[in-house]
Parts: sequence; C-alpha cells; structure tokens
Amino acid sequence: MAKEVAVIGVGQSSFVRGYEGSIRELAFEAFREAMQDAGITAKDVDASVFCSAPEYDKQRSPAGVLAEYLGLIPQPTFYIETVCSSSSSGVKVGYSMIKAGLHDVVVVLGFQKMSEITSAESQERMGRGADIQWEAPFGTMMPAYYALYAQAYMANNGLTHDDLMNVRIKSGTYGQINERAVYRKGVKASDFDSSNPDARMAGAVAWPLRVGDACANADGSSCIILANAEKAKAFSKKPVWILGIGAASEAVNMAARPDFSKGLSVGYNAAEQAYKMAGITAKDVKVAEVHDCFTIAEIMAYEGLGFAPMGEGKQLIREKATYKEGRIPVNVDGGLLSKGHPIGATGGSQMRTIVLQLRGEAGPMQVPGEPDIGLVHNVGGVGLYGNVTIFGR
Amino acid sequence: MGFDKFGRKSFTGMTKTAKFVDFLNEGKIEGTVCKQCGAKYFPPRSDCAACLSKDMDWFDMPKKGTLETFTTAYYAPFGFEKDCPYTMGVVDFGNNLKLFARVAGDLKPEDVKVGMDVSIKPLTYEDGQVSFEIIRA
Ligand SMILES: [Zn+2]
Repeated sequence: MAKEVAVIGVGQSSFVRGYEGSIRELAFEAFREAMQDAGITAKDVDASVFCSAPEYDKQRSPAGVLAEYLGLIPQPTFYIETVCSSSSSGVKVGYSMIKAGLHDVVVVLGFQKMSEITSAESQERMGRGADIQWEAPFGTMMPAYYALYAQAYMANNGLTHDDLMNVRIKSGTYGQINERAVYRKGVKASDFDSSNPDARMAGAVAWPLRVGDACANADGSSCIILANAEKAKAFSKKPVWILGIGAASEAVNMAARPDFSKGLSVGYNAAEQAYKMAGITAKDVKVAEVHDCFTIAEIMAYEGLGFAPMGEGKQLIREKATYKEGRIPVNVDGGLLSKGHPIGATGGSQMRTIVLQLRGEAGPMQVPGEPDIGLVHNVGGVGLYGNVTIFGR
Repeated sequence: MGFDKFGRKSFTGMTKTAKFVDFLNEGKIEGTVCKQCGAKYFPPRSDCAACLSKDMDWFDMPKKGTLETFTTAYYAPFGFEKDCPYTMGVVDFGNNLKLFARVAGDLKPEDVKVGMDVSIKPLTYEDGQVSFEIIRA
C-alpha cells in the first residue's frame, strides 16, 4: 500500500435543518475548520473541487462562486456531481490530480443546502430522481426503491423489521453524542411500535420501510484537504493516507438490476477494487462509515464490504458487532440516519469521521484499540454510483 | 402520438422509442431487440450499447414471470398523491429480462408475495394516459 496522497485537514459544519445563511457561508464553515486543522493558508492550495447535487442549488455553476468566497482564486476550480456520493467522487478526482503530479494540495468541498428550495419543489424533484423516462411515470421515490431491496431481503435472507429497527437504534445511540448531528435524540423500540400513539417512527412510507428507516435531511458542508507525500510531511503531524479507492456504477432502471437480495452491486464492486488497491481484506478494517440513507442500506453495505457473508448482514446488528465496542464498528458518528444526509456533503463528512478515528481524535465516539485502517462507503442514488475509500495511518 | 402519453404522469415527451405508446394502445407490451447482435432490451432502447447498432426491432415481452420484489407507497411524489397507496414491483421473466411497473390496484398489498407468478397487461387511465401493470398470473 503506497503512501502517496494524504488527508491533511478535515472539517464539517454542523448538520442542521434550515441553515440560516447562504451556500457560500455554509461552505465557509467546513473550509475554515479544515484549513485550521491542516494549518495552511489559501496560498498553499493549488486547486479546489466543489461537490453537490445540483437539483437543490439555486446557484448555477457554484464552484467559481464558492472558490472566490473561500479565497481560492485564481487557482483552478471545478464541480463534480454523483448525487449523494458527490464528495467522495470529488476526493477520488482530487487524489487523481495529485497522483498525476498536476497539483500538490487540493481542497475538496462538499455542500448542500437542501432547504434552498421549498418542500413542494423538493418533492417534485424527488420524483425525477431516477429514470424519468421509464420509472418516474409510475410514481417512484427514493424510499420506494430502497424498499424493493428491503422486501427481497425479508423474503430471501430472513431479514426482519426488528433488524432494521436495531440499525436505527444504533445510529440514535451515536447521534446523541455527536454534537454536529441533526438528530440528537435517542431511538427506542417503542418509537417503532404502531400500537403506541406517540410512536415517531412507525408510520409506513414505502412498505416495508417506515418513517424511522429513512435518514434525516439536513443542510451541511464538509471539507477534505489532500496533499502529496512531500507536502503532507511538511504540513501535517498526523497525515492519514488514502490507501485504496474503488468506484462503480450500475443501471439506473430497476429492470436491469441483478438479484435484489444481494444488495447494491456498486457496493461490492467498488469494495473489491479498493481492497485490492490497498492490499488488504475486510478483516483488516477497524472502523467504517457506510451509506445508511435507509436502514436496509446499512445491512446491504455490511455484505457488500465483506463484513458479513451475503445474506447474513442481519447477524452483525443482532450481535451488536457494529457498535463502538464490537468487532467492526460502523457509523459510530450517527451515520446518515442520525447525523444527517446533506447530499453533496455526506461523503466528505464520512471521511472526516474516519480521519478523526485514525488520529484518535473522535472524542466520545472514539473506537477503542487505536484503529489503524478505516473505510468509507458512499453511494449515489439508488446504488447508481458507489465509492469505497480506504484510509490508513 | 408522443411519449408524453406514457405513464400516470410523463416527464419527457420526445424519444425515438415513442412507438412503445402506440403498441400499448394496440394492447401490446414491446421491448426492443438488436437486429445486428440480438441483444434484447426492456425498457426499449433505440440504440444497441452491445454492438453500437442503431438498427432495432420490436418484440413481444413474455407474459409469464415471477415477482422478484415489490413495495407499497404510502407517500407519493408531487402529482401522484391521489393514487396512494399503490404497489410497484419488479417482474423477472428469466433470460435477463425484467420489468418494473405498478401492481394492479385490484391486488391487495397483503396478497402480493415475493416469488408469486404474475403476468403483465397494458392499461389506459381515465385521462387517456397509457401504461402497463403487473397482474396476477
Ligand atoms: Zn447489438
């Protein structure tokens, strides 16, 4: 595993409902933290990459606007989009720019102000989130797509509603102790009990998925600063190296998808590449962040990443193996479910969590045993895009 | 007739596969097959990604398949609210042919099961929109 490109600074805004500021001010929150973390100034930055899901942005071509606000002009800047995996795609591009020798230090900034548009506008756009020619005319939406996978898992793999609920309870455990999370409340089984009139999470959304199975929308930003080996050693006492990157794509239309009871192909395809590049296996991973946009997505990720055999992801949550003290801690920052999912900022936020874990700076969320290898799994759309990135000290 | 007639609500009016809508009006659900290499596509495509041919023919989709998975939507995107709840699913016909559609409204959610034998048929809505749906075999 070559140590050629490092993360030298990480930052993220608090993830909130209805951020009271513009997208440039939101971007500044993550940028400021990452630059102070790296201990560098704008003149040390050679290029910037901005990432978001443009259907939520009112500003067209935001890269130039944000680069100016962050003081990153006249350096080159541009924009990357793969919906919910935009910022991990941005990091892949930043890595490539450095590896190619074009630049020494690259800022990757993911942002999303989901509240930029009204909820009616948002709903209308959600309907166009997948194949607008052949699927949206049936009235599809994100929860329905993930519900197709959940249904197949329940029918073929013995997955139960309790398993999904227990994923949500786990994320609630860590959302409570993550001061940057949008959902700070704990989650109890009674929240999913439909006989309980106060149950917050029991209502059906797209059966078998319920309100509590879905992640929390949020406004937020994240920032990852990448550097080549020479600059990393000069600037950083604790560089965290990118050891492996995998990325994959899949058919947008459900009619062209492989077996639904084996989860998202982008997960296992990207993981295979990333493990190979890093020269490690799933057993070497000490802490992971996976794309739990819905509870079922976390179960599928366990299997796609090789933490559990195909069809056996449910066992990890039953055995509490993915809790902080477990065999393979997953999403101990609350994940998308509780920390929140500001689309374009999510991948960078997952990476920040893993970098802090590997540096031993994750505070109350710190995984014991001084983890040396961490993994980020970030999915765009309904498994349309997937990035797996492996980090090491 | 344009493609804007397809589905409960169409989001795009123009495609070279718009003849699909004419077939639905004739009671047929058609996919496309490449005349050069024989690759079959559903939903239909006017171009073959396997061999780069633009020479495509139509073929009748099979009528017998199994329901691979499904979901019942209790919330709907803008413009579909009146239909709630509605069930959508994926039919597997074998030989790498699958289809995504709504399940017919007369099938109650509790009667829909993964693995059940199903068929498909064209459908005309009261406002003249056309589509296809999954029915009990
Ligand atoms: Zn062909």
